[in-house]
Amino acid sequence: MIRPENEAQLAEAIRDASGALSIRGGATRGLSPAGAAIETSGLHGVRLYEPGALTLVVGAGTPMDDIDTILGEKNQRLAFEPMDHRALLGTSGVPTIGGVAAANVSGPRRLQVGAARDHMLGVRFVTGTGEIVKNGGRVMKNVTGYDLVKVLAGSYGTLGVLSEVSLKVQAIPEAQATLVLRGQGMSDALADLMRAMSTPYDVSGAAYVSSVNGKTGSERRIRVEGMAGSVAYRAGKLADLLGADAVIEGEDSAALWQELRDVAPFAGRDGAVWKVSTRPSRAAGLSQALVEGGQPHEVIADWSGGLLWLLVPEAGDLGAAAIRAAVAQAGGHATLIRGDLARTGVTRFQSQGPIQDRLAAGLRARFDPRGILNAGLMDMTKTGPGADAARVKDPV
Amino acid sequence: MQMPVPDSRILSQKPQLTAALRKVLPADAVITDPAETRAYECDALTAYRCPPMIAVLPSTTQQVSDVLKICHQFGVPVVPRGSGTSLAGGALPTEDCVILGVARMNDVLETDYDDRFIRVQTGMTNLSVTGRVEGEGFFYAPDPSSQLACAIAGNIAMNSGGAHCLKYGVTTNNLLGVTMVMMDGEVVEIGGPYLDSGGLDLLGLICGSEGQLGVVTEAVLRILPKPEGARPVLVGFDTNEVAGACVSDIIEAGVLPVAIEFMDRPCIEATEAFAGAGYPDCESLLIIEVEGSDAEIDEQLAVITAIARRHNPVEVRESRSSDESARIWLGRKSAFGAMGQINDYMCLDGTIPVSELPRVLGRMNELSDEFGLKVANVFHAGDGNLHPLILFDANKDGDLETCEVMGAEILKLCVEVGGCLTGEHGVGVEKRDLMSHQYDPADLEAQMAVKDVFDPKWLLNPAKVFPLANSETRRGAQ
Repeated sequence: MIRPENEAQLAEAIRDASGALSIRGGATRGLSPAGAAIETSGLHGVRLYEPGALTLVVGAGTPMDDIDTILGEKNQRLAFEPMDHRALLGTSGVPTIGGVAAANVSGPRRLQVGAARDHMLGVRFVTGTGEIVKNGGRVMKNVTGYDLVKVLAGSYGTLGVLSEVSLKVQAIPEAQATLVLRGQGMSDALADLMRAMSTPYDVSGAAYVSSVNGKTGSERRIRVEGMAGSVAYRAGKLADLLGADAVIEGEDSAALWQELRDVAPFAGRDGAVWKVSTRPSRAAGLSQALVEGGQPHEVIADWSGGLLWLLVPEAGDLGAAAIRAAVAQAGGHATLIRGDLARTGVTRFQSQGPIQDRLAAGLRARFDPRGILNAGLMDMTKTGPGADAARVKDPV
Repeated sequence: MQMPVPDSRILSQKPQLTAALRKVLPADAVITDPAETRAYECDALTAYRCPPMIAVLPSTTQQVSDVLKICHQFGVPVVPRGSGTSLAGGALPTEDCVILGVARMNDVLETDYDDRFIRVQTGMTNLSVTGRVEGEGFFYAPDPSSQLACAIAGNIAMNSGGAHCLKYGVTTNNLLGVTMVMMDGEVVEIGGPYLDSGGLDLLGLICGSEGQLGVVTEAVLRILPKPEGARPVLVGFDTNEVAGACVSDIIEAGVLPVAIEFMDRPCIEATEAFAGAGYPDCESLLIIEVEGSDAEIDEQLAVITAIARRHNPVEVRESRSSDESARIWLGRKSAFGAMGQINDYMCLDGTIPVSELPRVLGRMNELSDEFGLKVANVFHAGDGNLHPLILFDANKDGDLETCEVMGAEILKLCVEVGGCLTGEHGVGVEKRDLMSHQYDPADLEAQMAVKDVFDPKWLLNPAKVFPLANSETRRGAQ
C-alpha cells in the first residue's frame, strides 16, 4: 500500500510505478481493480473555504464526514447529495471526496441541481506518467480552455489520480417537506412524478419505491426545499394537484431521502444491483419488459424515473443480457453496482458505442500511456476477467 | 493578432475543393466568390477580419459529414460557425480555411415535456428554443445577452452562460446530448435524453471545446418549467466595497437569487444619459432578482432587503409590479448600447472570486489612470463574472493597441487573484496568447492531448484557444 502525504509524493509514486496501480480513497465503492494500492487519504484537508462565494477547495483524500462537518458549521452542504455506498455494498472504510468526484457520485437532488460533475469547479490530478495537471479553478464561471474537470469526474481514476477538488457548495435551506403518496403501480406513480417535475414548484426529489421485500406497499415521495413559507406553499400546491397521504417535514423528511440516496431498501439483501439511467417516460415500460422477459427484479425509481435501481437474483449473468437489452430498447445506460464480476464475466459498464469507446480509449492512452491507472476498469475494447492484466505492459 | 501563414498548397487547390464540395451540396450552399465570402470575414470581435477561402452552408448532418470528409482528404482547416456572435473571435477564419456555417440547420426534431428535453438542430437561435416550448410553460435556461441572434452551436462551443446562471447553471449544465460530426466525417451520438451516460463524460469535454473537437449538428437540451413570476430589487451603495460585501452576505444567507447584477458609477451615468431609467446617484448598484409566487418573492426580498439595509445603502427600490421591474432592468439591459453610444469599447470577460471584487475594481481604476482609458463595469456579481468595458476611440491611432494591452493586464489580474481569463465568452483568438498566464505547459499539454484524440490532424478551428507556439508542431503535422 502506497500512501502519499502530498501531491509531489503522489506524482513520484505514479512515475516510479512498474505495474498496475489500484487507486482508492476509502475503497468504499467496490471498484478496486488488481494492482498495487495507492491510497489518497494522505491528501486531505481544506485548502480554501469561502462561504460567501459558495466555494470549497479540499484535498482529494478528505473524508466526506469532514466535509459535511465543515460545511455544516456554516449551514452549507454539497447540493448534489452524494450517495454513501457502504451499506449497499457491505464495505467499510472512509468515503472521500476524491472517490465521489472520480465516480461522479450523486443523489436524489441530481434531477434539480445536477450531478457531482456540475458542482466541480476545478481539479488537480496526476496523470499516468506522473505529470501534475490542473484544470478549471475556484470560480463559478470558467470557460478558459477545455473542461477537463467534467471528464475527470466519472473517469474512475483511469485518466489521472485526483489530488485536489474545488467545489461549488449550497446553503442548507430553512425548511423541507416530502409529500408521500401510497399504493400505486409504477406506471401511474411515475406519471405523477413527471407531472410534479413539470410544475413551477421547484421539486428537489421525486422517487418511487416499489413494494420492497414484500413488507410495505409502494410509495411515491416528492420533496420541496426552501424558505419556510415557500415550502408550505409549494407542498400545498403539489398536494392539491396530486393528493398526499402524508406530508413529512424537517429531519424526518431528510431521513427518507438519505435512505433513498443510499438505496437502503436493497442493503443487506441477496442479489445483484444495477443502476439504470433512462428516460422517465420509458422507465415503467423498461421494468415491464423485464417482467415479460422472465427477469425477476425489484425496483426503486429516482429522478422521476430517470434513475432505476434494480435488485435481481445473483444467478446466471446477473440479469445482464435481459437488462441491457431492455435498456437498449428504452434508451439509456445500465451499470452493475453490486455483483460478482469475476465469476460471471459481466462487464461493469456498458459500451457507449464503437466510436465513443474508441475516443475514450484514446483519451486513456494519452493520459495514461502505460495503462496502469485502475487498469481495465472502464475498458470496453476488452471484456471479461483478465482484461485488466492484458493492458499492463510487463508487470513486474 | 498573429495567425498562421496560409498554406499555398491548400490555396492552389481551391478549384478542386470547390468542385468536390459542389458534388455533395446544393449550388447555393457553396460560396467561393470573394465578394460573398467577405460576409464571413469576422464574428462579433470585429477588430480582426479575414475572408475564408470558401464558406459552406449545409442543411443536414449527412451534408456536414460529406463536407468534413472532403476537407479531411484535402487537409483543409475548417472553422465552424454558428451565428457569428462570438466576442472572442471563435469563428474568425483564416485565408486557407473553409467556414462551415450551421445557420440552415434550424429545425426542432423532438420535444418531450415528460422527459423535459428538446432535441434541436444547432443552427437554431438560443431564444427560439425557449420560443418553441414556452407555450407549454417551459424555457431553456442559459440566456447569453446575444440570445436573440446566437446559435445553440456556438453556445455549446463556448459553453455560454448568461445573467441567470447563478441559479440555472451554464450550457454544460443544461446539455444532455449531442450529435457530432468528427473531422473525418464520422457521425457520433454522445449522451441523450437521460441524465447520466456511463463511461467517460465526453459530452462534458465537447461543451466548451470551441469547435475544435467536432461539429455539433444536433443537441438534446434540458428544458425547465417556468417559475410563476420574478421581481427584482435595486440597491445603491456609496462604495464598490460595500456592494461586494452585500453580495457575499446575500449568498451566505442562503437565499438563491436567479441573478445579481452589478453596475459601477461610469456605467450608471452612461445608461442614465442614454435610457433615463431613473437610477439613484451612487457609486455602485446591485439588481437582485428572485423567482416564485408573489408571496414567495416577498419572502425572499424581505431577507435580501434586510441584509442590504445593514450595509447603509443609498437607496433600496423594491419592485412591486411588472412596470417597476421593467424600469429597474431598463438601465442594465441598455448598458452595452449606452456605452456604444459614447465610445468604442472592448468587453472583457474575466471571472474573480467574489471576495476579491473591491481589490480588483480598485486596481482597475489605477490601470485606467495608467493607460489613460476609461473603464465601466457591468457584470454578473453573484458568480464573479466581470465584464469591464474599456472605452477607446477606434479612429485614434494606437488607441486599440493600448486598449488591448490594458485588457490583457486586467485579465492577468483576474488570474492573479484566483480567477480566470474568461467566464462565458471563450478563449478564441482574443485570449489565446494569455493562456500561459493561467495554465502551465503541462496543463495546456493535457488539453491539447484531447484534441489529438478527436482531431489528430488538427484541422478543426486549429489556430484558436492554444498559444500558436504551443500548438505549432501539431498544426504542422499533416
